Amino acid sequence: MQYQAVQTLEEAVESLSRAGGEHLPLAGGTDLLAQRRAGRIDPKGVVDLKRIPELAEIVLDDDGYRVGAAVSGAELGEHPTLGQDWPGVVEAAQLIGSTQIQGRASMGGNLCNASPAADSVPALIAAGALCSLVGPSGRRELPVEEIILGPGQTCLAPGEIVAHFRLPRPGPRAGDAYLRLIPRTEMDIAVVGAGVSLELDADGLCTGCRVGLGAVAPTPLRLDEAQAILVGRRVEGSVLDDLAAAASAAAQPIDDMRATAEYRVRVVGVMAKRAAQIAATRAGG
Amino acid sequence: MASEQPQQGGIRLKVRVNGEQHESVVDPRMNLADYLREELRLTATHVGCEHGVCGICNVLVDGQTVRSCLMLAVQVDGKEVLTVEGLAEGGKLHPIQEAFIEEHGLQCGFCTGGFMMAICELFDRNPSPSEEEIKEVVGGQICRCTGYNAILRSVQNAAAKMGASRS
Ligand SMILES: Cc1cc2nc3c(=O)[nH]c(=O)nc-3n(C[C@H](O)[C@H](O)[C@H](O)COP(=O)(O)OP(=O)(O)OC[C@H]3O[C@@H](n4cnc5c(N)ncnc54)[C@H](O)[C@@H]3O)c2cc1C
Repeated sequence: MQYQAVQTLEEAVESLSRAGGEHLPLAGGTDLLAQRRAGRIDPKGVVDLKRIPELAEIVLDDDGYRVGAAVSGAELGEHPTLGQDWPGVVEAAQLIGSTQIQGRASMGGNLCNASPAADSVPALIAAGALCSLVGPSGRRELPVEEIILGPGQTCLAPGEIVAHFRLPRPGPRAGDAYLRLIPRTEMDIAVVGAGVSLELDADGLCTGCRVGLGAVAPTPLRLDEAQAILVGRRVEGSVLDDLAAAASAAAQPIDDMRATAEYRVRVVGVMAKRAAQIAATRAGG
Repeated sequence: MASEQPQQGGIRLKVRVNGEQHESVVDPRMNLADYLREELRLTATHVGCEHGVCGICNVLVDGQTVRSCLMLAVQVDGKEVLTVEGLAEGGKLHPIQEAFIEEHGLQCGFCTGGFMMAICELFDRNPSPSEEEIKEVVGGQICRCTGYNAILRSVQNAAAKMGASRS
């Protein structure tokens, strides 16, 4: 196996393209090196992305945040304002593994590993995050929900990498939250996960919302019905029950050792409802 | 080691481990745990699950806990690594080590080094962690003998010792 630590995006794209898919991008390595060890993958080489400035930094400007795809969970948590503006996204990223995994694991790796249960993905979908991708044919921007095509599969072209995530500056009365259910407090894979972000007007009525669901389908899902259910209403009572019912209806989970499909269908509704309540409280509703 | 020519596909690595500078040529697929154990003979870093789950192989890289089984040795080029061997100074055990002895924070001891490194980082961030904060860090580590209560007491004892030596 070859190892290359590149300093620029151009070098990374060039090197990955030249290897024609036989080399993999390496961020924190918490999926890649574990899978390699388990014999599930055997790349001929890896290109270490952690030293590329755009992937390693968090920039805040008038358009909002650009969060480098290789920024670790620990670094996300240390940022002075990101956790106030997007607490749900930071919480979700910080649920990945344990403190000792947090020093390495990135949201770019979480997304590109393309697990249906990836924790940061539903929160990023809820936040309306855009992915800035750079590849042999230049740069393009896609919503996070369009990246994962199925378990372990993304829409990235050979040689293409996620450079950063773009998160808007939240409005004055906005909030987000991510909740996942696991049988213990850490170091387990989500039974279900739900991310919600919403905005309220001065009267506490919802003016916009997005919901992302994890571990209930082959890919993390965006719940499009959420908008029609919540907008123009208070985030309470039967509106929340309707949201829960819509989340349950959208779920197409499987049975596995963590839970039955039936259980996941029920619980994803509960998680969506509770995440919406937290997001609304954070929005000041 | 420093004079050796890079072998086929080998990569030159310069790293400070426990304050000492090392220069090696390593196979790029060698992980950090194997490098520490096999090249540097620092065998206090134990290897458990080799999938990042158990935390036995924790070391600090630039002050941050990492699973050394989930990092390639070449990735620590130019960095500072601390292993269990680096905890004691001048033959005197680190307060964390003393506390584990006093509170019986180990039985078989296989996982203990990994716990100590995680706790070492915790104290760097937060010298007087609450029980909840300790549990969060310890929750990322697997010990199959102690039942964790003795480990929790060890961490609290260590925090007290280190607090006392500061004031
Ligand atoms: C003990 C343990 C516990 C874990 N717990 C959780 C958990 O609770 N929740 C959870 O969601 N995950 C968990 N994981 C999985 C893993 O830690 C996360 O998915 C993590 O976010 C992966 O990030 P990374 O930077 O380590 O990715 P890497 O392992 O470096 O990469 C993962 C994949 O993405 C590709 N890739 C990485 N960065 C890019 C990029 N910028 N552009 C294109 N492709 C890229 C790589 O080629 C590779 O295929 C756990 C893993 C371990 C070992």
